[in-house]
Amino acid sequence: MAEPMKIRAILQGDTADVRILMLHPMETGQRKDAKGEIVPLHFIQSVVVTHNGKTVLDAQWSQAVSRNPFLGLRVKGAKTGDRIGVTWTDNKGDKRTDEVAVSATSQ
Amino acid sequence: MNIMRRSFLKLAGSIGALATAGAAGLLRSVETWAATWNKSGFESKAVTDVLNSLGATGAPESKDIVITAPEIAENGAVVPVAVFSKIPNTQQISIVAEKNPFPLAATFDVAGGGEGYISTRLKMGQTSDVWAVVKAGGRYYVAKKEVKITVGGCG
Repeated sequence: MAEPMKIRAILQGDTADVRILMLHPMETGQRKDAKGEIVPLHFIQSVVVTHNGKTVLDAQWSQAVSRNPFLGLRVKGAKTGDRIGVTWTDNKGDKRTDEVAVSATSQ
Repeated sequence: MNIMRRSFLKLAGSIGALATAGAAGLLRSVETWAATWNKSGFESKAVTDVLNSLGATGAPESKDIVITAPEIAENGAVVPVAVFSKIPNTQQISIVAEKNPFPLAATFDVAGGGEGYISTRLKMGQTSDVWAVVKAGGRYYVAKKEVKITVGGCG
């Protein structure tokens, strides 16, 4: 099963600085394992970020995004305690959703 | 007895209808998701094809798009790339690594309170230009920045 994401959402003025770290192998389908067999394509295809349930970012990814992907974005009009939700879906249909509250200062 | 049977049938019917509706809803969400994933763009092998698939052929270069990426990246497996579009009403940002086997790396649709700023990490096979393709107010703009790669990250 998919590992939990690490999400930080820190308020800077009226904008939330959101940083997301997902744990995923992001296999390109070109790499060979120790036995010389090609490791099949396995990557996150879709990432949706919501702010209090409203979609603010809808991303489509290819296998060119690095392993354990990082995603940073800014959400305008955010307040302390607002919910930032992140859902990713990979090409095998695996899914993971996590949520954090926007915090005022760095933790 | 007859009335009991009626109400039971009615109940069973409504449960059945609900279940079908639920299944249909699920199916639909998977379908729309599959439809939005830009398959032709992600499978394109040349930047011109990628631009075509986005509908951004011949888009002008814009100085209001700032690409933040290292001039020299030692490890092609992890190249930090950030794109900041100062163009008003930025709707979409795509990142393209020109000489990757499949150049289109990611497309970000910005909505609501999302700002025209994205940062992520890419794999890059070799030294090449990184393109940012920005859609704002229904029009496309591009920007480029060269990133030198010491060790490729596609193998």
